[in-house]
Amino acid sequence: MEHSSRYIVLFAAGICLVCSILVSGSAVSLKPRQDRNKALDVQTKVLVLAGVLGEDEDAEPDRVEQLFANRIEAQVVELATGAYVTDIDPAEFDMQKAMKDADTSREAPSNRAKVRRLPDNAVVYKVVDESGQTEALILPIEGMGLWGTLWGFLSLAPDANTIQGITYYKHKETPGLGAEVENPRWRALWPGRKAFGDDGSVQIRVKKGAAGPPETDPFQVDGLSGATLTSRGVTNMLAFWLSEDAFGPYLKQFRAEQGGS
Amino acid sequence: MAVNQRDILLDPLFNNNPIALQVLGICSALAVTTKMETALVMSVAVIFVIAASNVAVSLIRNHVPSSIRIIVQLTIIASLVIITDQVLQAFVYDISKQLTVFVALIITNCIVMGRAEAFAMQNPPKLALIDGIGNGFGYGLILMVVAFFRELLGSGKLFGFTILTPVTEGGWYVPNGLMVLAPAAFFLIGIFIWVVRSYKPDQIEEEFHVGALLEPSHESHIR
Repeated sequence: MEHSSRYIVLFAAGICLVCSILVSGSAVSLKPRQDRNKALDVQTKVLVLAGVLGEDEDAEPDRVEQLFANRIEAQVVELATGAYVTDIDPAEFDMQKAMKDADTSREAPSNRAKVRRLPDNAVVYKVVDESGQTEALILPIEGMGLWGTLWGFLSLAPDANTIQGITYYKHKETPGLGAEVENPRWRALWPGRKAFGDDGSVQIRVKKGAAGPPETDPFQVDGLSGATLTSRGVTNMLAFWLSEDAFGPYLKQFRAEQGGS
Repeated sequence: MAVNQRDILLDPLFNNNPIALQVLGICSALAVTTKMETALVMSVAVIFVIAASNVAVSLIRNHVPSSIRIIVQLTIIASLVIITDQVLQAFVYDISKQLTVFVALIITNCIVMGRAEAFAMQNPPKLALIDGIGNGFGYGLILMVVAFFRELLGSGKLFGFTILTPVTEGGWYVPNGLMVLAPAAFFLIGIFIWVVRSYKPDQIEEEFHVGALLEPSHESHIR
């Protein structure tokens, strides 16, 4: 049947109006839940990496939040100086957003991890035991793998050198190959290795093939078979984030803190 | 008009399966079938989107100006997909992380558009609903079959539970690396189509002869 142009325009407008109300309604009403999920996901990863939560433990959201509040001390640090920034709430800080915003980031020095923009600030997590003693320092890391950026955390002992663990919470790697960065058996190879050599340069790397135990082969970790580019990505992002361009200044500050206490 | 509702519901499973016979919606079938859990959530999402879009399109079928009907259908489908994505992110966050972009790509899933245009535009809402559910299940069925083999042979698991303990975890099973990659889904869907068509030979397409058009008896058709 034929319709007038007026009818067609009004019909299209009506459909758009109804659809937009439904879409925006669902987006707005579900937003708090989604944000909480995202925050919980990161908090759970941090807690598991800190060893506070078990690997396959299915913790209730409330328990995760409580443990996170009690055992993890999140702090915003300025990357360039390593100083603590007190006027930003770490819970509100979104590193991914900060990296995109020209006001809160700058062009990153050329690096093999293909990090394009370096945020001015970053959130670091200190794992504290009941008496307030720092057990570990957890740093955010990110960099290119094969298909996209991998987002994760690296856990260092209070000496800011011995690695206590690594974890990834967001990546696009191939399941079964690159996605094995999530495999607990591979991640179990990391604790005890050293990040820095005697000269203070970043030495830790993922090698092709098998590495020895941490005591005799402290700077290398087994490669992921079938995932050369992901393995290389892990090496590159550690080299970048632990360097003077990124967390170097803060690590100096952290070591001084730990030495002093 | 005697329309058998049962046929509308069950036909898309084997007789007229959107993936196996019509070969639609292959792209997502390759991407989300490495694990049964993600395949299941994807199937449910697609069933919901097809059923809801069919009903919505069917409800307004007599009022849509035909000149803008495709874009109206697309608007409805896109809205439903966004809502589905939002719900998944809010309630099954872990799985929505694995499905990532493929939920959004339901919009371009030819099955959804195809049913809206081919069925819902001509039929009342109730039949359109049944048709949508049937086609959604037809799609989901293939996804689950493909995911079953890919997860079992590729990682030795089903729904995340270890069935065949892989060598890397101290067992005997050497996982088949090919199964976790996209080409494996092509092989499995191919085998599935082969099985269905051996069982139901009427689904085999007639061979197309290029020469047939040029034969004298067909000349009149060309003119």
